[in-house]
Order: sequence, then C-alpha cells, then structure tokens
Amino acid sequence: MSETGVHSSEIHERAHKALGDAHLQEAYRSSTLRLYTHRLQAIGQVPGFEPLRDRARELKREVINHLDYYLAQFADNVERQGGKVHWARTGEDACNIIKQIVRNAGAKEVVKSKSMVGEEIELNQALEADGIEPVETDLGELIVQLAGERPAHIVAPAIHKTRHDVSELFVEKLHSDRTEDPEVLTAIARKALREMFARAGVGVTGANFAVAETGSIVLVENEGNIRLCSTAPRVHIAIVGIEKIIPRFDDLSVFLRLLGRSATGQKLTSYTSILTGPRRPGEDGPDEMHVVLMDNGRIRTLADEKMREALYCIRCGACLNACPVYRKIGGHAYGWVYSGPIGALVTPEFAGLGQARELPFASSLCGACREVCPVRINIPGLLLHLRGHVQDQHPLPPHMGEVVSEQKGMRLWAWAMKRPWAYSLAGAIARFGVRCLPGAGEGGVRKWIARLPVYPLSNWTEGRDFPAPDPVPFRKRWKKLSE
Amino acid sequence: MGNHSPKVALFITCLGDQFFPQVGEASVRVLRRAGASVTFNPAQTCCGQPAFNTGYREEAREVAIRNLDLFEDVDYVVAPSGSCTSMVRVFYPEIFADDPAVMQRVERLRGRFYEFSEFLVNVMKVEDLGASFPHRVAYHDACHLLRELHIENEPRKLIKAVKGVELVEMQDFKLCCGFGGTFSVKFPEVSVAMARDKVRAAMDTGAEYLVANDSGCLMHLEGYIRRERLPIQTLHLAELLDKHE
Repeated sequence: MSETGVHSSEIHERAHKALGDAHLQEAYRSSTLRLYTHRLQAIGQVPGFEPLRDRARELKREVINHLDYYLAQFADNVERQGGKVHWARTGEDACNIIKQIVRNAGAKEVVKSKSMVGEEIELNQALEADGIEPVETDLGELIVQLAGERPAHIVAPAIHKTRHDVSELFVEKLHSDRTEDPEVLTAIARKALREMFARAGVGVTGANFAVAETGSIVLVENEGNIRLCSTAPRVHIAIVGIEKIIPRFDDLSVFLRLLGRSATGQKLTSYTSILTGPRRPGEDGPDEMHVVLMDNGRIRTLADEKMREALYCIRCGACLNACPVYRKIGGHAYGWVYSGPIGALVTPEFAGLGQARELPFASSLCGACREVCPVRINIPGLLLHLRGHVQDQHPLPPHMGEVVSEQKGMRLWAWAMKRPWAYSLAGAIARFGVRCLPGAGEGGVRKWIARLPVYPLSNWTEGRDFPAPDPVPFRKRWKKLSE
Repeated sequence: MGNHSPKVALFITCLGDQFFPQVGEASVRVLRRAGASVTFNPAQTCCGQPAFNTGYREEAREVAIRNLDLFEDVDYVVAPSGSCTSMVRVFYPEIFADDPAVMQRVERLRGRFYEFSEFLVNVMKVEDLGASFPHRVAYHDACHLLRELHIENEPRKLIKAVKGVELVEMQDFKLCCGFGGTFSVKFPEVSVAMARDKVRAAMDTGAEYLVANDSGCLMHLEGYIRRERLPIQTLHLAELLDKHE
C-alpha cells in the first residue's frame, strides 16, 4: 500500500533524510543531469525552438483564458465521436465515476498507464478499496507501485531507483532471478504485464493533450503500454485534468515538438497515440471510451489571474531536472505527487495552500526552471506570488527558538529601513553585540562568527560562518572617499 | 559620454554598507577611474528585497517607495549587486503594478538604474580599468544577474581585461550557489549542500579566487569556505577591478 495524503509540511525532515542518503543523492544527480543534458542537445538541433516556445505559450494562454469555451467544444466532440464525457468536481468524484464504469463493465482488474492525475486522486487506493485490482503497466510506475511509493518525478517515476534497487525489488515482489541488466529487468516486467493486458476488462490512461476541435485524446509514451491500455481492454477510461485542452489539431505540431525534447531529449517519443472515440464497426479498439474531465482545484487556480499561468504546464518535467533544489531533496520531499518547481506551485493550488505552505519557500528562486519550461511559465514569479498568499492567509507556525515572530520581525525591519537613523542604530547595536561574543576583541580584522544563538541566524551558522558587521560601515567611510 | 562626466549615485546596498564596505569603496574607485562622478546619498537603506522575497509585499512596498525619489538629481544609479538591481528594475514594477502614479516614479528610476558591470561595459563603454591580478579566478553567475537581468558577458569582459588574470569556467557554471535570500535560513541544509557543489566546482578548476557580483552569494559562499577551511577565496568583481598586484 503506497503513501496517501499530503505530507508537504514534512519537507524539512524529508529533505534532511534525502541529503543524508549518498546512494539517493547520486541517483538524483546522475539522472537529472542526463535528462537535462539530453534536452539541451535535442533543442540545439531544432532551428526556431525559441519561437516554438512562444507559440506554445500563446496557445496555452488562449485556451486557459477561454477554457469554458474550449472545454465545451471538446466535450461535444467527444460525444459526437461516440465517447462518453463525465465531469468531476473533485478527485473523489473522479474516483467514484471510474469505479462505477469499472463495475458496469463487470471488471475485476484494471490496467493503468502512468498518469499523474491518477496519482493525484489516489485512484489505485480507491479501486483497491472496491475490490478491484489496478495494475501499473509503465515500468517506472510499476516499480514505485511495487515499492509502495509515489512517483519521485513527473515523467520518470522511479528516477530515484538504481538498477540494483530495481533488481532487489523484482526479486522480492515478482520472485525473479537476480539481475542488474536493464533489458532483462524490462523483460521480467513485460512478462508479468502481458497477461494482464489480455485479462483486464478496463484500461485507464491519462492524457497529454485533449484536442477541442476533434475531441481527441493524445498520449505520448515510449513503452507501448499506453497504447495497449487504451486499445486492448473492452473499456477505455481517460482521466483528464481540465487544463489539458488544446484548441486545434494543428496545434499538436507545436506541442509534440516541444514535449519529447523538453522531457527526455527525444524528437518524438516512440509512440504517439491519437484516440478519437471508441472503435468503429469492423475496427480494433475498445467498445466504450469514457473521458473523465476533472477540476480538483484547477478552477480555483483559474480564478487567480496570476496563478492561472501554472495551468499552462504540459508536465514535461524539465523544471525538475534543472532545479538545484529538486536535485538535492528529491521528489518525495515535496510530500505529494507533483514535485520540483512545478510541484511547489500546483500542490498548494490543488491540495490547498494550508497543507502545502512550506513549498513556495522551497526554492532559491534561481530561475533555472523558467529557463527550460517549454511554455515559459514564470515559476519563480509565481512562487513569490504564492509566498505572498502564505503570509496573508496561512502564515507559517513559529520557528523553534524564535524571539519575535517573522511577521513582527518584518514589520520592525520595515520600520527601521524607512528611517536611516534607526537603520544605523540597528547596525551599531549589531556591532556592539558582536563585540560581546566570545572570541571577539582583536580589532581591524574581519571576523566571521561560527555560531549565532538566535533564529534565523542560528540556521545560517548551522553550516556556514556568518560575517560580523564591519566596524566601519560604508556610510562612515564615504566622507573620506569624497575628499 | 561627451565631455561632462556622468553623475552616478552609488546604491551601496544594505549588505554592502554594513558588512562589505570595502566593496563599496572599490566600486567608487573603479567608477571614478571609468570617468564617472560618484555621489552617495546617506538617506538610502535597503531595496526592500528581504521582505519581497519572503512574501511580505506591504513591507517591501513601504521600504521600496523611499528609494523612488532619493536619486532625482543624478544621471545614473549604480549598484554593485545584480540582486538589488533586479529588485528595482524587475520587481518594483510588479509590487507597484496597481498604482499608476507610483509606477511613473518607478519608471523614472528603473530607466537609470544599472548594475555595476553592465554600467561599465554598456554605458561607460570601458572594459580595461587598469587592474592587474596575476591569479586564476572562476566567475560565478549570480542568478538574478543572469536570469533576471541577462548579464553574463559584461562581467567576463571586465575580468578578461584585468592584466595577468586567468579566467576559468566551472562545470555547471550557471547553477545556483544556494543563497536565495531567506531561502538560506529557511532551508539551511539544502542551501549549504548547494554551496558545497558550487565551491567544489570552483576548486576543481584550480581557481584561487571565486568571483561574483553579488554580496549575498559571496557571503554565503565565503561563510561555507571559512567553515570548512577550504583553500579558495571569494572576491567581489568590484574588488577584483580595483586590484593592482
């Protein structure tokens, strides 16, 4: 049974654990670096990649600003093609809808392709509670399912697992022979999965894009399991966040060129499936196609004109690979299903700011994420915006050892900064304070302090020295300089 | 620039004023050498970024608004910090977006507000300031400088013009050093782990000095270097350009 619920408030403990695990550090370092480098190589070969990003951003802006129109168009077209559309306000609604479809189909087993939305609504747990067995068919997703974990990365769920880890896991759970050969490991998983594809009555997938103009669901993948999930079982259910809509079929030429390159450095993924309605008479494919369109916090995000931009995301994971914080703390530290810079944005939005108020602060705001985002989401700008929301609506609890609350401290700071005399006085007090610290006394030399007793400076000196204020600040030196 | 030397107000930054006044002194000397006439307004304190960075918008506005009228009588304002310059040029328009009257004053200031290295190279049109420093140095791109202001060539041009200097590039040279303003105390362990990577990358190049344009990054990196007693030193770009060894 894998983890459920939102654990974002444990980010400090989880980050600490990840930082102390050398094995994990190396797994994250090497994998993110590989994906990051592959992306760079791939985009270097495309003339006009930058204008392509502009175009994608423009398209997303259009669709998100007119989501009511495009959603209705999409839904109409799905039905016109013989599909059935279901609307889900919450994750729970979505799970109930899916369970009902599975029950109606009389299925006991469900094959699933990797779906972040599926993770978001804890679909596996919901199905299991109903006596239905969900089987993850994506290799990475199968690995985390067997390990009882959540995906550690948006596109590479098992990014934190080395070959050795996977081997041990398969020995334990699939009773396979011990091997670290990736091809053999893949073959073991394939053997276990093939039977399921033939047996399962229902296949559940997500969607990378949903085309309003045609009512098509577009899925990209490398393993072929999504194509099987969506075509082999009698019933196909696609669970789709409402932000996945794109206006026209032609727009796919923009997004498909961006997605593979941004995610894994591939020109295109091995499989691109465009599914428009259930099978026609005389053709292969599912008898029924259901599309569950889900809100689960997205409309709330839409209502915040600034945060709306977070809905442009096409879930390529490039921001995770580029993020120096993600590389250090790993995906599980973020405490929910979406991790990295985009996770720090959408977790507070979808799961609620109160539950995830630490996340907007888990960034040095370096902007490496924005630099790689295919739709140019201003992630650091939105994180700053969310920090404002946190302070206004859900201020963080007091820190241990805090003398004044951060809020009061900031008020005091602003008060002093508006008054040059108070600012100078604060500097003088700090200088006096430093002179009283043990080991002080020799003049003239810049001193660095090894331990400061008061939060937040005590946090600084955990791993770094802190500079003593200079005995003569610049403003007192200026007179001499200006002579 | 014609015959008259442009009048430049130094925005010392609170960190520079209180902790690193030698950076301010070096900045003044270098700016003068470049032909600027430098002034200093002691009514200045901070740009407001600590509050903005932590989500305290009102406090940030209160502190920021003071700066809008402090530099009316000068041609330019120059700060030896990419971060404080970003605050004025990129984030002031954001925090005052809903106040058109204030925005006019913001526009007047940000059009004249420059970071030290871009001012020298792009406005004063000088690269060689007569400095000499026969050492191997690695340059760290501070994130605000790099990704908010897009300044990456200017500092390198200035460094390369220093006599005797050998400029080397670190692996992953665009990677953040982990300072991040209040991030450094909210996530100290992660922040320090990032400093470790950055300092290691610098040491791998064999550099004797790690140079940057932002006192925040430098305070963080030097604090780590001192704690670990590592054989490398930090240097602000302004100090480097003021060296005559």
